[in-house]
Amino acid sequence: MSARRLWALCLRQLYLYRRSMPRLLEIFYWPTMDLLLWGFVTLYLQRNATGGIPVFVSYFIGALILWDVLFRAEQGISVSFLEDMWARNLINIFVSPVTVPEYLLALMIISALKVAAAFSVTSSLGWIFYSFDIFKLGVSLLPLALNLVAMGWAIGIFTTALILRYGLEAEILAWALAFLFLPFSAVFYPVEVLPHALRAVAMLIPASHAFEGMRAVIKNPGVFPAGQLAMASGLNLAYLLVSAWFFMRVYKKALIRGIIPKIGE
Amino acid sequence: MTARPEVSGHGPDAGPLMAVIEVEGLGKSFEKGIFALKGVSFSLSRGQILGILGPNGAGKTTLIHLLLGLIIPTEGEIRVFGERLSPKTRGRILGRMNFASNYVSLPLALTLWENLMVYAHMYEVPSPRPKCAEVLRMFELYHLKDKHTKSLSSGQMMRLCLAKALINDPEILLLDEPTAGLDPEIARKTRHLLVELSRQRGLSVVYTSHNLWEMQEVSDRVLFLMAGEALLEGPWREVLGKYEAGSLEELFFKIIEGKRTPGPSRQGSKR
Repeated sequence: MSARRLWALCLRQLYLYRRSMPRLLEIFYWPTMDLLLWGFVTLYLQRNATGGIPVFVSYFIGALILWDVLFRAEQGISVSFLEDMWARNLINIFVSPVTVPEYLLALMIISALKVAAAFSVTSSLGWIFYSFDIFKLGVSLLPLALNLVAMGWAIGIFTTALILRYGLEAEILAWALAFLFLPFSAVFYPVEVLPHALRAVAMLIPASHAFEGMRAVIKNPGVFPAGQLAMASGLNLAYLLVSAWFFMRVYKKALIRGIIPKIGE
Repeated sequence: MTARPEVSGHGPDAGPLMAVIEVEGLGKSFEKGIFALKGVSFSLSRGQILGILGPNGAGKTTLIHLLLGLIIPTEGEIRVFGERLSPKTRGRILGRMNFASNYVSLPLALTLWENLMVYAHMYEVPSPRPKCAEVLRMFELYHLKDKHTKSLSSGQMMRLCLAKALINDPEILLLDEPTAGLDPEIARKTRHLLVELSRQRGLSVVYTSHNLWEMQEVSDRVLFLMAGEALLEGPWREVLGKYEAGSLEELFFKIIEGKRTPGPSRQGSKR
């Protein structure tokens, strides 16, 4: 593992984003729109609720901010890979001394930077518009966010492997695959809302444990959701190992089938 | 046109037969029983330039990709710097090689300088800035260093790719149609540069081109591929003499038209 090669791969993305307004907007625009739209919808529903739902806004705004952490982490991997593919630059990288683990690690670092940038905006907007302070999650915030980042990375690596295998026709997966998990991740509602059969599915998704943990902390400040975090971490480890194994397998097949020189065509 | 004198290895301290690439019985099949390349063997000494020629679909680019480890061979072996090229050794070997192709680009949204800085770090070049300036000057691109790569013409883009290919002072350079798209003046300068680098620094070059005059001017040896098989290999003067041809172009047409050589006993066609 070479620090300079990792720096080179990150530098390529930093140069790209430094002066590209559309790319910067892509990081900030959608989370901002989501937060504004669904935040105000939630406020409206709360004002018209007869029985009162005191923590509903907090649940919803917290969920929006943290779901964006997962989604940006996934995008940070898959869209960065697509950038090299669109630029017909992948061959130059794959004929350099860069190893596959270095490439994946660099994508993760880039992803973490994008998550940090987007999170700073969404958390500020949550505070400005809804007086919601995400940092009230206290010490739980970091492990909750890290688990969501890890799941985003796992989905991103899996998506990238599929794009490597099927080429540009699979690029839509970079935006779509994370949403496959959304209904079962208990982002905006607790797992108990789901039908029995789907609860079992939700239990196998790390994000559902992270979001249950988030709601537990909002409901009872000071609580540390150790059980949920342990489950999420264990599942994430498995997800990351499986996605890395899958990527390596697809990469090896790509070398045998001669896919890499033709990728992006 | 001045043909390059026929010698074996021009490097300053090169032993005449110090092979940097040894290929033995190389074959690649993308579909069962159908070979894009079959039974190709050759070796390249330090400081030599090997020109790969052949008609479209002959397997030239596939051979370059195999030498880069971008494709795993179905049969045969590639040894680079005396080491077998495999997924395990690939990273170590690739640090001493580089590649440019008319079909591969560099990120368009970056400036020329930024692109080269990225690759200087990627190849762990000790002093990236002076090296980037040196290779940009070498290809007369320094005055464009702060321009976006997307503003380059196709010929300038090829020159940038060549500059990138020299960023790590490679010992082996693999080039896929490097002078396609270059104007005659720049193409001539590029050819001279390759010859100079092979003579002064012992750079070994494998390159493909459809320009047979250029190949005759630059190459020490030629490898003629047709339908995935190596029909001829050796110093080009020797090859011309053997086939009573006055030039590589004449040889090319003789072979293509089947006047001198019976058709290859190919087992299949390229995918």
